[in-house]
Amino acid sequence: MSTHATNGNGPAGTAAPYSVGPSLGGGGRPALFPLFTSPPVDQVAVEERAASLAKRSLKKASKVWGLKLAISMMDLTTLEGKDTPGKVRGLCQKARAPSDSDPSIGPCAAVCVYPNLVPTARLALAGSPVKIASVATAFPSGLSPLTVKLDDVRRAVEFGADEIDMVIDRGAMLAGDYAKVFDEIAATKEASGAAHLKVILETGELQTYDIVRKASELAIAAGADFIKTSTGKVQPAATPAVTLVMLEVIRDHYYATGRKIGMKPAGGVRTAKQALHYLVIVKETLGDAWLTPDLFRFGASALLTDVLMQLEKERTGLYQAADDFSKD
Amino acid sequence: MSREITKSPKGIAAASAGASQAPALDFGRAWDYAPALEGVSHIKLQPRYGLFIGGAFRAPRSDKYFATVNPSNEQVLSEVAEANAADVDDAVRAARLAYEKYWSKMRGAERAKYLFRIARALQEKARDFAIVETMDGGKPIKESRDFDVPMAAAHFFYHAGWADKLDYAFQGRRARPLGVAGQIIPWNFPLLMAAWKIAPALACGNTVVLKPAETTPLTALLLAQLIEEAELPPGVVNIITGAGETGAALVNHADVNKIAFTGSTEVGKRIQASLAGTGKRLTLELGGKAANVVFADAPMDQAVEGIINGIYFNQGHVCCAGSRLLVEESAHDTLVRRLRDRIATMRVGDPLDKNTDVGAINSKMQLDRIRELVDAGEREGATRYSAPCALPSKGYWFAPTFFTGVAQSSRIAREEIFGPVLSVLTFRTPDEALEKANNTMYGLSAGVWTDKGAKIFWMAERLKAGVVWGNTFNKFDPSSPFGGYKESGFGREGGRQGLAAYVELDG
Repeated sequence: MSTHATNGNGPAGTAAPYSVGPSLGGGGRPALFPLFTSPPVDQVAVEERAASLAKRSLKKASKVWGLKLAISMMDLTTLEGKDTPGKVRGLCQKARAPSDSDPSIGPCAAVCVYPNLVPTARLALAGSPVKIASVATAFPSGLSPLTVKLDDVRRAVEFGADEIDMVIDRGAMLAGDYAKVFDEIAATKEASGAAHLKVILETGELQTYDIVRKASELAIAAGADFIKTSTGKVQPAATPAVTLVMLEVIRDHYYATGRKIGMKPAGGVRTAKQALHYLVIVKETLGDAWLTPDLFRFGASALLTDVLMQLEKERTGLYQAADDFSKD
Repeated sequence: MSREITKSPKGIAAASAGASQAPALDFGRAWDYAPALEGVSHIKLQPRYGLFIGGAFRAPRSDKYFATVNPSNEQVLSEVAEANAADVDDAVRAARLAYEKYWSKMRGAERAKYLFRIARALQEKARDFAIVETMDGGKPIKESRDFDVPMAAAHFFYHAGWADKLDYAFQGRRARPLGVAGQIIPWNFPLLMAAWKIAPALACGNTVVLKPAETTPLTALLLAQLIEEAELPPGVVNIITGAGETGAALVNHADVNKIAFTGSTEVGKRIQASLAGTGKRLTLELGGKAANVVFADAPMDQAVEGIINGIYFNQGHVCCAGSRLLVEESAHDTLVRRLRDRIATMRVGDPLDKNTDVGAINSKMQLDRIRELVDAGEREGATRYSAPCALPSKGYWFAPTFFTGVAQSSRIAREEIFGPVLSVLTFRTPDEALEKANNTMYGLSAGVWTDKGAKIFWMAERLKAGVVWGNTFNKFDPSSPFGGYKESGFGREGGRQGLAAYVELDG
């Protein structure tokens, strides 16, 4: 394999011919970072594979199960300059009890807010299993000094965030300064303490699947608990194909180390149908173990309403008016 | 359509060393897809079909009929006529008359109109054609819906476009039709093969007598109905059903100008022998044992998809199937592990379920053939791995299977299995890959997987195969010629080159 020159892994074809994991992970920075390569991805074929999984036809019980699972995996998100305590409180209420007609639905996995709104969310979610995720590290660009970014992380954790959604330095990634990307993730992981770390690659800015794959490997090696596609501020955000590529890196890491990394597509997932497509991709790439909010999340703001509409339709046989569903 | 489910006969054998180590992914039933069956209540098959000769259906002179069954549940779908020599003679006469009276005199632009009409009608009735194709042949509805039927329509569209442009297909030479073409097609892509045969023949001004395979005659007969409705001049297309004897009568009919055959190499050889000295033109598209060559620098996950598509598409009933996987030794274990996990996700079962990936084996005879060769593979010491899927108790089924540790000399590396069975071999250098890939009696197709464009071209120049796919597999287009080297046959179908099989060139 072409990937071994840089990491001193054992002979190709043994335990971990793909270089994710023990080569990059655990032992800190590999020596020859500028030469770091990862296995190639064929754009046409990976997009074809991702699209083919949209053909799965999900009916009745399997549809309901999938949609309920999707709700339990949602990080309900609001990341706007105009976010207020009132807005966040509404979102938290929605996350705790997404459906007023069916109490078996939900709760959502988490709410995702800016650091300043974490204390509000903490209060609003007291006593509930809903986690609080906070973006940090000078979200969304990440183009601030590392000390500022780390301080951002520490404050979010102090405010009560359970999960930190950081952004990588895409400029450094595209410039080939992999050591910088790696070191910043590792430092953020340390600053996060007990909080789970999700690493946002902003795949829409990385553009090629080869770089997405490389960034995914770096993030996992540097300590990510989750890898995440996008901030939601850049188009394209999450796509099925980019998610598939990232899931394949997670699988290779699992093959090599037995450690399970989580995945979070974010941005652009708006419909129940799309959500089911993503879940099919997870099921058929990583298997049953990843069909849990511990290892898969949707970063979404508009998705919940459509999923609830579809569930209500399955329950009653009729589509309800859009205004039957609360907008938060 | 509930069925009892039984365990796959052989269960799972351990794959090669290294690949069976933990940690393993679990493709279980935490989230099972509910059945998503294509509705068939609107499909009205006739209890009995006659022969389509001279623009109308009629009873066979033989007075004999035979049943065509659904291989996924062994239920009889309909009875079709068995054409004898006298019926074949009627069909050839009808084709000759239509050739002389209408078709050879018609301007190309007029012929094109009829072909466009057939293409559009096929699109309009696509769903019904797909369902019947799946019921009669056992292939997943996903494939008949998304591949067979649209591609059949595409062939009519494509060749309709050529009908009035033949002067430009052969620069400076005048193309004339041959006359009556006798066409014999196999059971793996019944409608699509009919389109491959009929569309270029008609575009070039020939008339045809087409015989579909005896296990899968129904979509050809539906196509005959469609052609009748399209009001083609009577006799331009004649469709007769029957088995080997019917085919032999067609091949040996004195007034046929050309034979086009797709099927087994064994039958192809017999046809070629019987045509020697007759002056009839012949094209043969026969068996294959394609090498799918994967280098260690390949985009590996996409290569896995290409391997899966290459061998399990249409249950492996594909003459250009990538049935020999040649993988660079250093990537072998990595690849086998991925392959094993990937086939664990394949859904085998009711072909009418939209989520089915692998359908029923086409016939009992073919299932026996697959079993015989798989047993031979086990006896010869290769390691078998079969997907851990449950198989229905009725019908003909075989779980997706691959063998590792296969020697170049093994029967499963040399003989065409024509089922969902892959043989995995290794190589060390490009030269060795090439030598092994070409070391076969066949030469229909090949695949090359590498991230290096130059290596693809280096291989493609040297592979003795009619089609070479680079970083993909089993991709088809009407504009791309398809055909074989060596015992995979001769002549090309599709593209400008495919037209040459149906014309005589002046000058």
